[in-house]
Amino acid sequence: MTAAAIPPVVEGRGIVQDYAVPGSLFSRAGSVRALNGIDFKVDKGKTLAIVGESGSGKSTLARIIALIDAASGGELRIDDHPVDIARKRPGPVLRSKVQMVFQNPYGSLNPRQKIGNVLMEPLVINTDMPSSERRDRAEAMIKKVGLQPEHFNRYPHMFSGGQRQRIAIARALMLNPSLLVLDEPVSALDLSVQAQVLNLLADLQDEFELTYVFVSHDLSVVRYIADEVMVISKGEAVEQGSREALFADPQHPYTRALFAATPVTDVAAIRARVERRKAARSA
Amino acid sequence: MALLNIKNLTVKFATATGSFTAVDGIDVHVDRGEVLAIVGESGSGKSVSMLAVMGLLPDTASITADEMTYDGRDISNLSASERRTLIGREITMIFQEPVASLNPSFTVGFQIEEVLRLNLGLSRRDAQSRALDLFRAVGIPEPEAKIKAYPHQMSGGQCQRVMIAIAIASNPRLLIADEPTTALDVTIQKQILDLLMKLQEDYGMALILITHDMGVVAETADRVVVQYQGKKMEEADVLSLFENPQSPYTRALLSALPEHATGDRLPTVSDFFAQETAR
Repeated sequence: MTAAAIPPVVEGRGIVQDYAVPGSLFSRAGSVRALNGIDFKVDKGKTLAIVGESGSGKSTLARIIALIDAASGGELRIDDHPVDIARKRPGPVLRSKVQMVFQNPYGSLNPRQKIGNVLMEPLVINTDMPSSERRDRAEAMIKKVGLQPEHFNRYPHMFSGGQRQRIAIARALMLNPSLLVLDEPVSALDLSVQAQVLNLLADLQDEFELTYVFVSHDLSVVRYIADEVMVISKGEAVEQGSREALFADPQHPYTRALFAATPVTDVAAIRARVERRKAARSA
Repeated sequence: MALLNIKNLTVKFATATGSFTAVDGIDVHVDRGEVLAIVGESGSGKSVSMLAVMGLLPDTASITADEMTYDGRDISNLSASERRTLIGREITMIFQEPVASLNPSFTVGFQIEEVLRLNLGLSRRDAQSRALDLFRAVGIPEPEAKIKAYPHQMSGGQCQRVMIAIAIASNPRLLIADEPTTALDVTIQKQILDLLMKLQEDYGMALILITHDMGVVAETADRVVVQYQGKKMEEADVLSLFENPQSPYTRALLSALPEHATGDRLPTVSDFFAQETAR
């Protein structure tokens, strides 16, 4: 089989999402179109980054891909099979294929649940694996994401933000998914911890041939991790392409505005700014 | 002479498991009209040292310093009323969460007029017209309409503009901005930073910018203090810091920036410390 014959892991065709806005005494009920005809596909082992500002619809799209919300229109295909969770609830097989990691590792872990149980719960729900094997799998995964075996019996509050995000990633990987949807996984983390988690994600992708859908507003992170990039503004995909093409020559004005707003940390730019400021002061 | 001068500041918190040192012997000074960035990760004590200056720490904190002066005046042992003449007038502060910093039960206009009446003794009518001027100065569109809006009716960026308007209402000589753009999108961040820099130049005030974001530092600061676990790691003007960082921690922070990545892996701070100790 040639590479071209392998279907994409996930594909969306004309994805539309409308949210109903309830009416009140003074206003009529209506709807807001959060996503308007989004097309995308991601091949095995690749990373699609979805970039946009708050309110652009990027998290709405992530929730649709992660099979949490049903889209109001369009077609979502996973491993070349159409999936419509509004009609048929996803079963264990489909749930195992697609997992999600959320932005806030503090909010996505149950404070009363020990880490071992956090990791074993997906197996309890979705498989009939015996408990001894569940435990072995969870212990192996704890090591895989760079935590220590003694962390098994600890509670979430005993961990730092970066460690908690490792736990959330470990939980998402327990079912051996082929697709991981990551909604701003590093934006709540400090710079050095962010680097560690990005490295971990890159290692895991290599090891398990994972496919990532990576939602972010940070272009420097996207440049590091993405193969393909989609820029969303007001529910429309305004630009889509390979990372190289998009970063070398952004076409859409909105993409350019994003680039222009991203802080520059190279020395030449800083020197230019410092000199401008000096000139303005002496003037 | 420095506008704000702090020598050997130490802040300790009494906790259930004993005393915890959040700030450990830090010297900070800022000159008139200067932009100082204090950079560090969470837990570095970067906010705590400025909250100590503002007198905003809880009673569990014990603050000691060899020197703590503003404009040549000792501010370590001010009475409450003396402090009120200084804090909120000469020195003002804005915070990370603009929406949470405003009172949801009152219009933004009421909240800015309250500051003007209490701090500057303006009449209701004068306060109203001055509030409108300030809203224009910070670039809030349709100021006449927005002044009657409640915080939840405005976006995060606009709420931060309101906070800035309140902070500059008394023409302060020092503005402390604690992670002012962390909760905002990049395009809004750019607008807010540009606004802060413009106001800083127009009003000639000193600005202390507390941040964890090296990008924000690169775009704004004159001078930079790098903090790590309550200690000062490095102090330098912004160009030397990026061009030729002296402390290993600063080097580690800079190399952990994704845009500085060379090859497949991002160097992390712990990699860096391991390398340094191996040497």
